[in-house]
Amino acid sequence: MTDAVAAHHTSTGLDSRKIGFWTFIGSECLLFGSLISTYLVYHGKSVTGPTPQEILNIPLTSISTFDLLMSSLAMVLALAAVSRGDRVWARVWLATTALLGLVFLGFQVYEFVSFVHEGLTLQVNLFGSTFFVLTGTHGAHVLVGVIWLLTLLVRSFQGKLGPEKAMNVELAGLYWHFVDVVWIVIFTVVYLLQ
Amino acid sequence: MSEQSSNHEHGHHGVGTYLTVAAVLTIITLVEVGVFYVPAFQDLLAPILLTLSGAKFILVVGFYMHLKSDHQLFRVIFTVPLLIAVAVGIALLFLFGVVTLT
Repeated sequence: MTDAVAAHHTSTGLDSRKIGFWTFIGSECLLFGSLISTYLVYHGKSVTGPTPQEILNIPLTSISTFDLLMSSLAMVLALAAVSRGDRVWARVWLATTALLGLVFLGFQVYEFVSFVHEGLTLQVNLFGSTFFVLTGTHGAHVLVGVIWLLTLLVRSFQGKLGPEKAMNVELAGLYWHFVDVVWIVIFTVVYLLQ
Repeated sequence: MSEQSSNHEHGHHGVGTYLTVAAVLTIITLVEVGVFYVPAFQDLLAPILLTLSGAKFILVVGFYMHLKSDHQLFRVIFTVPLLIAVAVGIALLFLFGVVTLT
């Protein structure tokens, strides 16, 4: 066992960073659970428009949902490449994941701007407040994930992301997939169950 | 290969599994959007969409986050707060009258 591994070894035999990160993801469940619950509690209680039925663009959001799902595939392929020491494909899949994340953020920015132009803001009604806080918080998480992935990509180009560092990529992957599953719920609850 | 990387690979799935899961996720998403636009499904929209969404959730968590094959402790650490979040959400829906038993 290397020193680096021993430093993160616990009495459970599991890596302390991974245990800590799953705990963080558990706390994120509570954060997004509260935001989604708030959206549902105030759903249909806006006294003025625009309403979800008037403004939500399902075809556009379906494409961005597909984009995020495919980014999760790219992420697991990046982890598999790093684990087997394939530096070239690790870079390709990390860059692909970050790019797909940026595309998702582009869709979200476009959606937010078009909603504001159509009169939906944070202050205009309960739908606007809960929608922007929920999807904006999720978008902020995607942005953090993209920055994290780009950092890993830089480390890979520096030659510092070999198989011995696979745990670093696995933790980033856990974060990225969690952001994906949160969007799976948001897409259904906010966009499809209007 | 270090002990860490061999441990890391333990319980992880193959590329073929990841591609299959991606295909299933794509199909489920297409079905979700299709169901949304079919008037005949409007009465059953909520249960159908929640079931399909739940299936996607389980696939990503189980295979991409490796919870299906990883150590049981991770499953507990993730599932307990998730269940608390769902329970709090359901309680709030009842408290605010969004959902009623009658």
